[in-house]
Amino acid sequence: MSTAPRLTALDALHRSLGATMTDFAGWDMPLRYASERDEHNAVRTRAGLFDLSHMGEITVTGPEAAAFLSYALVGNIATVGNGRARYTMIVQEDGGIVDDLIVYRLGETEYMVVANAGNAQIVLDALTERVGGFDAEVRDDRDAYALLAVQGPESPAIMKAVTDADLDGLKYYAGLPGTVAGVPALIARTGYTGEDGFELFVAPEHAEALWRALSEAGEAHGLIPCGLSCRDTLRLEAGMPLYGHELTTALTPFDAGLGRVVKFEKEGDFVGREALRAAAERAETAPPRKLVGLVAEGRRVPRAGFSVVADGKVIGEVTSGAPSPTLGKPIAMAYVDAAFAAPGTEGVGVDIRGTHEPYEVVALPFYKRQK
Amino acid sequence: MSNPQQLRYSKEHEWLSAVEDGVATIGITEYAANALGDVVFAQLPEVGDTVTAGETCGELESTKSVSDLYSPVTGEVTAFNQDVVDDPSLVNSAPFEGGWLFKVRVEGEPDDLLSADEYTAFSGN
Repeated sequence: MSTAPRLTALDALHRSLGATMTDFAGWDMPLRYASERDEHNAVRTRAGLFDLSHMGEITVTGPEAAAFLSYALVGNIATVGNGRARYTMIVQEDGGIVDDLIVYRLGETEYMVVANAGNAQIVLDALTERVGGFDAEVRDDRDAYALLAVQGPESPAIMKAVTDADLDGLKYYAGLPGTVAGVPALIARTGYTGEDGFELFVAPEHAEALWRALSEAGEAHGLIPCGLSCRDTLRLEAGMPLYGHELTTALTPFDAGLGRVVKFEKEGDFVGREALRAAAERAETAPPRKLVGLVAEGRRVPRAGFSVVADGKVIGEVTSGAPSPTLGKPIAMAYVDAAFAAPGTEGVGVDIRGTHEPYEVVALPFYKRQK
Repeated sequence: MSNPQQLRYSKEHEWLSAVEDGVATIGITEYAANALGDVVFAQLPEVGDTVTAGETCGELESTKSVSDLYSPVTGEVTAFNQDVVDDPSLVNSAPFEGGWLFKVRVEGEPDDLLSADEYTAFSGN
């Protein structure tokens, strides 16, 4: 069965800008407008504008919304303050990661869960199933929002030109309702690029006006439209996991090195608790493969699925790899046997189409912004 | 974008210059360079290598993928472009000029090479 790809509210605008489009999780999305390297560098040094309308928004409301989300997810959602956001995960009963999520607390009894495009339906189904017994409601709001992101060091200045919202009072991982360029928006200080930036959830009919206003306000600051290609290299440099690459149902948060998102101390039971407890103990006694960074000594690019090798043996697997515009060298994230995970471990290579290319093992992230 | 009239083209998106003293220059088209995205690594055939029309003789790696490089003709490689090895982005910025890839002493060429107009129609660009 084939279905036509879904289009965002900004589709015509992307095409008028000459974007190269790509299928992503059933959506036709901009891959790049001109050079993905220029787009990447714009976000690192100035600002970039992204259409992220493919992300899946799910609204959860009701007196027991917090208790429900704390049961359905691994984080302690009850402790998220009003107007704040939390990075968390939803897992299966066996602890396998279903998706990584950002949960925004929009009010006393209102939350917005943002899932990855490819997992939005699965997350929606899981939440709908898990809400039984709680005085809470799960609402599919995927069509209610377009999502634009302004990312990069110039993004606060650009935003200040189009909104009176108190951006200085808006901390990283926080969100507040406001008006941007005359459009009602949930303004969130989140992103997936390793830079300061804002994500703006707006009604789809307002997306184009907002895009144009941000483009205009950003022009003097060097803002350019950016596609998914540079979003991937930006998040890779920042050491951020991508579902389907670093995170899968075959891994628990502890296997992914993200055990800190699991809050055993929270009140009440939660889905996956028993399996995750066991996974936490396993991780302590017999360390699983560890997620590390690899930096190429040569110029060949490691890709997801390539074997990491040492002493002629396979000791791990690349999960994401790309040429890093910031480092000027190919980089990768890879799960490797614990014995080879220490930064500086000698003799590690990646099997690139039959050739063992040397790589340096480094701690993640590859890039951290100066604050 | 326009495909230079004096060149001939393969369906694998290489271009071939007019043969001078038996030698032709080979590169990839602007259409192919755009489709690849930013080229970050070029593995080119070496001087003395024999290349065969329609067969792989190297690879071009871009941010998102790696693509085989084919030779549009058969013959011996007489030069490769060290500038492209040093700065692969030349393939994107000047695919028909400074971004040429290698030169071949032509011993044989297939009979399905395209003219500029035919290639423009074939690639839709």
